[in-house]
Amino acid sequence: MRSRTTTALATLAALATLTGAAQAEIRLGASVSATGPAAFLGDPEAKTIEMMVEQINASGGINGEEIALTLYDDGGDPNKARTFATRLVEDDEVVAIIGGSTTGTTMSILSVAEAEGIPFISLAGAISIIDPVREYVFKTPHTDRMACEKIFADMAAQDITRIGMISGTDGFGASMQAQCKEVAGAQGIEILADETYGPQDADMTPQLTRIRNTEGVQAVLNPGFGQGPAIVTRNVAQLGFEIPLYQSHGVASDAFIELAGAEAAEGVRLPGTALLIADLLAEDDPQYQVVTDYTAAYREAYGTATSTFGGYAHDAVALIVDAVTRAGSTDPDDIRDALETTEGLVGTTGTYTFSAEDHLGLDLSAFRMLEIRDGGWSAVD
Amino acid sequence: MDALLQFVFSGLTVGAVYALVALGFTIIYNASDVVNFAQGEFVMLGGMITVFTFEAGLPLPLAALAAILLTAALGVALNKLAIEPARGAPVVSLIIITIGASILIRGASQLIFDKQLHRFPAFSGDDPIRVLGATILPQSLWVIVGAVAVFVALWLFFTRTLTGRAVLATANNRTAAQLVGINTAWVMTLSFGLSAAIGALAGVLVTPITLVSYDVGVALALKGFAAAMLGGMGNPKGALVGGLLLGLLEAMTAGYLSSQYKDAVAFLVILGVLFVMPQGIFGHKSTERV
Repeated sequence: MRSRTTTALATLAALATLTGAAQAEIRLGASVSATGPAAFLGDPEAKTIEMMVEQINASGGINGEEIALTLYDDGGDPNKARTFATRLVEDDEVVAIIGGSTTGTTMSILSVAEAEGIPFISLAGAISIIDPVREYVFKTPHTDRMACEKIFADMAAQDITRIGMISGTDGFGASMQAQCKEVAGAQGIEILADETYGPQDADMTPQLTRIRNTEGVQAVLNPGFGQGPAIVTRNVAQLGFEIPLYQSHGVASDAFIELAGAEAAEGVRLPGTALLIADLLAEDDPQYQVVTDYTAAYREAYGTATSTFGGYAHDAVALIVDAVTRAGSTDPDDIRDALETTEGLVGTTGTYTFSAEDHLGLDLSAFRMLEIRDGGWSAVD
Repeated sequence: MDALLQFVFSGLTVGAVYALVALGFTIIYNASDVVNFAQGEFVMLGGMITVFTFEAGLPLPLAALAAILLTAALGVALNKLAIEPARGAPVVSLIIITIGASILIRGASQLIFDKQLHRFPAFSGDDPIRVLGATILPQSLWVIVGAVAVFVALWLFFTRTLTGRAVLATANNRTAAQLVGINTAWVMTLSFGLSAAIGALAGVLVTPITLVSYDVGVALALKGFAAAMLGGMGNPKGALVGGLLLGLLEAMTAGYLSSQYKDAVAFLVILGVLFVMPQGIFGHKSTERV
């Protein structure tokens, strides 16, 4: 009996190999920065992609076909990302690529994807990834510019028109500083003080004292991530500022409140995604279902809370699954065309509607203005 | 006026952090002429081990002690496993070994601990102390007092104790030191242990201000090294003065000139000083007899 089963299995396996081309599984490629300096981005992303592929395969795959995932860790190194992207296309013969945790690695993968005609969904923030629109490149995270616009809109609603900025000189801080300065004028915001600090600095009270001594400043905005914003928040409390402090989406995580201290962080406002306030969402919120499902599944699989960055990966996988389902094909060009016609796909970051001119597909409603109250998050609008 | 005082407070806070790191360089440099580039990693380990033992339930003073002892043990191990086997090698090779060690320690702590930022509570709370309209955090005073205490201890060690003099003798001429009965291998072990302990102590004191993660060591070591060079490598007084000077320079530039040029101005001044005084402010001129 046993031997007969083995024979049957062997035959099956042989058949599967023979008919491999006809019954192809869906080969999905990913290259994220699971280790290295951008690990806080890539680690939850890698875990999310693996978890979702497992879930989808367990429930029967897409159109009856399983996803075969090839995931590489580029360690945040653009050179490695390029090598892995090439390997994904040439050796692993994937039909779509997710990844590029940082703007640097995204740019490497992007050129390979464009040249080879493979749809690529990036997980990085910069607006230059999708502006100008590239045929095969999409992205899930909102841009720095949108964060600036959201913050300025909230300021304007409170009659704040003159602000001081203190930005980190790391890539994220510098990019957002530039974007904010670009859009400030159009939204009636005047930047009176513009200070910077190094990503490893231990004390920002001199810069903040300068901002405080600038006549007419009504609020402070701090684009940056890592320890900088936590130290700025503590210094603002130390100096006894009476004007509101705005942080960026770069620190939209519970760890920030912990590092800055609940007392110092009280009243700090920042734009974040629905994912961050999963517990606070109303049940009729359009994102309620997808956000609660994802956070619960992630917690069950890994025992820790997920982050906004894991949410970007979640949305990328969801977009590909949706596109493959609608395309009914595993041809990269069909998947690309289906991606571009995605309409109203609800993700953890927002609701995506792509078009030939828009490969980001999110609007400002994807951001929620949050305020830190009593050591936790609360929604402002 | 209150602005100037605030800049001074900020400069002293940051400067004391640099000084503490710079002081850690002194002992190993004095014993062997080696600039230990793993010094920043000792600082990081001091902070990280304290964070994790504290979160595991140990009281803060015990957690800090555990961090200092464990890091000191690691310093001894570094000497025994990497520096001692390469005994005959030139100083440059030994310095490269310490760079390798720092990469190893960083990678290992990324795996053993995690990649997140951490902090533990300040020793005396977070309520700022107000002086004439400017504010300083109690933890800053801890760091300043710590830097001065380590300086005094080191100064006494090198000038008043036989062991301290043995360390200096070993650096000066290893063979001659052995001839007069100094156990140079033991002196090296001791200096690595002590340097690591001072680094860890620095990590314990500064973590509530600077926060800690597996990769903070490089930047701290770089600034500490710059401070030590400015003050005069190997001289505890130089480390203290160099650190505070560097911190004040940065704060004044950020306060009065522009925060964009903060680091640039600081390094320009260091270059200028070293141009006039290549040994640093307190470094003694060494003459080689041929």
